[in-house]
Amino acid sequence: MSQSKNPILEMRSIVKEFPGVKALDGVTFDLFAGEFHSLVGENGAGKSTLMKTLSGVYPFGTYGGDIVIDDEIRQFKTIRDSEKAGVAIIFQELSLVKELTVGENIFLGKEPSKFGVINWSELYQKASKLLKDLHLPIDPRTPVGNLGIGQQQLVEIAKALSQDAKILVLDEPTAALTESEVETLFEILRELKARGVGMIYISHKLDEVFEMSDRITVLRDGKTVGTNDAKDLTKDKVISLMVGREVGDIFPQTSHEFGETALEVRHISTFDPDNPNKKLVNNVSFSVKKGEVLGISGLMGAGRSELLMSIFGAWQGKTEGEVLVGGQPVSIKSPSEAIKYGIGFVTEDRKRFGLLLEQTIVDNMSLAGLKKISGAFITHRSRETVAAREKMQSLRVKANSPLTVAGTLSGGNQQKVVLGKWLLINPKVLFLDEPTRGIDVGAKQEIYSEINKLAKEGLAIVMVSSELPEVLGLSDRVLVLHEGKLTGEFTKSEATPEKVMAAATATN
Amino acid sequence: MSETVEKSGFKIETSALRAYTMLGALILIWLFFHWQTGGTFLSSGNLSNLMLQTSVTGILAVGMLMLIIAGQIDLSVGSVLALAGGVAAISLTNWGYGLIPSILLAIAVGVFIGLIHGILTAYGKIPAFIVTLGGLLAWRGAIKGVSRSETVAVADQTFKTFGQGNLTIASGWFLAGLAILAILFLAYRRAKSQKDYGLGEADYKGEMVKTILPIIGIVAFAYAMNSSNGIPLPVLIFVIVAIFGVFITNSTTFGRYLYAIGGNTDAARLSGINTRLNILKVYMLLGVLTGIAAIVFTARQGSATPDAGGLKELEAIAACVIGGASLMGGRGTVFGACLGALIMASLDNGMSLLNIRDFVQEIIKGSILVSAVGLDMIGRKN
Repeated sequence: MSQSKNPILEMRSIVKEFPGVKALDGVTFDLFAGEFHSLVGENGAGKSTLMKTLSGVYPFGTYGGDIVIDDEIRQFKTIRDSEKAGVAIIFQELSLVKELTVGENIFLGKEPSKFGVINWSELYQKASKLLKDLHLPIDPRTPVGNLGIGQQQLVEIAKALSQDAKILVLDEPTAALTESEVETLFEILRELKARGVGMIYISHKLDEVFEMSDRITVLRDGKTVGTNDAKDLTKDKVISLMVGREVGDIFPQTSHEFGETALEVRHISTFDPDNPNKKLVNNVSFSVKKGEVLGISGLMGAGRSELLMSIFGAWQGKTEGEVLVGGQPVSIKSPSEAIKYGIGFVTEDRKRFGLLLEQTIVDNMSLAGLKKISGAFITHRSRETVAAREKMQSLRVKANSPLTVAGTLSGGNQQKVVLGKWLLINPKVLFLDEPTRGIDVGAKQEIYSEINKLAKEGLAIVMVSSELPEVLGLSDRVLVLHEGKLTGEFTKSEATPEKVMAAATATN
Repeated sequence: MSETVEKSGFKIETSALRAYTMLGALILIWLFFHWQTGGTFLSSGNLSNLMLQTSVTGILAVGMLMLIIAGQIDLSVGSVLALAGGVAAISLTNWGYGLIPSILLAIAVGVFIGLIHGILTAYGKIPAFIVTLGGLLAWRGAIKGVSRSETVAVADQTFKTFGQGNLTIASGWFLAGLAILAILFLAYRRAKSQKDYGLGEADYKGEMVKTILPIIGIVAFAYAMNSSNGIPLPVLIFVIVAIFGVFITNSTTFGRYLYAIGGNTDAARLSGINTRLNILKVYMLLGVLTGIAAIVFTARQGSATPDAGGLKELEAIAACVIGGASLMGGRGTVFGACLGALIMASLDNGMSLLNIRDFVQEIIKGSILVSAVGLDMIGRKN
């Protein structure tokens, strides 16, 4: 790269605040034409937020700092504005309309037309040329839904190029791809690079990052830790930059006493319902004892939630493997069976999977154990209210009354309501999936001490978390998943951020 | 959203508030018609008529509401009503089965159709709208086939009583007294359980104050009906069905699961609720109520016609929606749906008394449905 040339993109001291959180704290980033620049960091380091400021998802005025493209400060109000300036983003979740054809998708909203009448032959001709340029053997008249995930990803890229993108942002583009599909993608990216397209590549897969990158920028806690030429870095160096943070002392130092094995799973495999050949969890076995906190670490898409969902009987695709509760083999085909065996599951994304937002705290807390708490057929409000109020007090839920509507509570209190719901079934095993995501520090600390208390009382806890300090601070043992496989197991004394991150990125 | 307050009968204060608003709207409509008709509208004879007109739609609306709470819909109840009523009439008149078997047959038809709809939507994953739109056509065809498109007259006097009979004055007052006692007892028990479960002092006085309005309502209702011919039997059946609906939605695990499934299906499923089985059950429950409505309707007409009950499905849905139910699921009350049915019937009755022409009536009813929901949306935002 010639240093004399100006970068095509400069992001100067970008600051983005959400209520209570500084997601970006003065991030600086630049990109040259024809450069492949990777952006890495832990989950929640600020990578996606940074790209959302670039693309206008967070419009000008809602962030601080300057975005400079071609030596001009840009003020994007919408995604359309950034597209006009040559920025194209390919998000993790594909944004294609499955029912429309490849050609229709590529030109969606920009169809060649006269007086609103689409010129179909021109559209398909152009689409076909674009696909040919990318060496994609795809008929532009094929409905996108008929293509595999890998080819859909390539259609996304074709769509980006139809807008003459000069800056292409790829957010975890290989998460859903097989190895050969990844190779095809990389070949195309190399060709685009040669054509002078600048690429920002977000990935957790350090092998890929090192294979492709000219430069690597590491983000941590919303700050730039460093930007270096890839050839001056090693994977170990990148990992230490990613995690370089003290595990604070907000974690109560306690030692748990273990009892007998509460839950054991053997050879669990889970298949992607959209792509039945892809294993999201691949032959994972583990066990957890009474009174033990087992942490499951891994990067986004490693298959952690899918593993818990499968054991809980809630996975809507194919699963394989054995589950033993208290030493007895059991067959769990639905959440109600899991509950019967004493397994509770505080799911991730409380608004989507956890709460009835329009209903009261009582309605929410009593839901999983309703027949036990309230009555087999006729409900008894007072019994439920008593049970819910007791849990509200022990979990310190801040609300005026048990009849407060759940949707009006703060995130931390909502999370406690979900936790309370599962404690009310008197579980023997409790799954926690991202138990502190998106809640403030005070509530986090309260949930941490609750987890410790529950373990002391003899509950077996399996906790999935993307926050490394949380996993290391609370767990007696840490399992690490990478692309569905178990790649590491550490006791509390062995586990260091570097070791866990190395296992999570499958780096030796 | 506002803070919630413990209120019997209503889940949260916002829905209680909506109920009061609707009650207010109903009173305004009544006063308006009373004034316009020069005192005919609120005469005991017309009130009796009005309640009769409400009863069939009201029974259907109670079942429809439970379905709508669970996030489902049924467009076929009008056709099912015709089929169930027709089968009962044919069974009585042509096949010579007795009264009880014929009534059970009508209900069985409703349950069986509910089973089919439930299996296709919950287990077959075909959208409820499509399944029951198909039902709307198919069940109408079925009754035309069974009856050879002819009207079947019912001669059985006992059967006709379900649509045309009245309670005696004495039994009317007796039931009213019973209802008042029940209300007082429930209020007492609520206050007591408050204390028994350590949720605060027993507020006997407060609970008794809350019973004043319902008691006045019951007395006024019984007085009005008894000043005419006594409480019509269809109205009594409607009231029993409504009480049953309130009980199911407020006081059973099944009812709570319906709210949970409609409010957030994923959360309900992950909390161990068998979402599909409960959806199947609610379709069958609507089938039972459709069967009951069919008996009342057929008995009142004195005959079964193949085109009976047309548009009843839309009236039932409109009653639920006017009563504050959300077609997205998770929200709605039986009380609201019954008020909605009463509002719809009041408009029909009042405008007919005023000799407003048919087409104008329809335009006005349509506009009121849309504006009721529109106002509700505005109110919700604030």
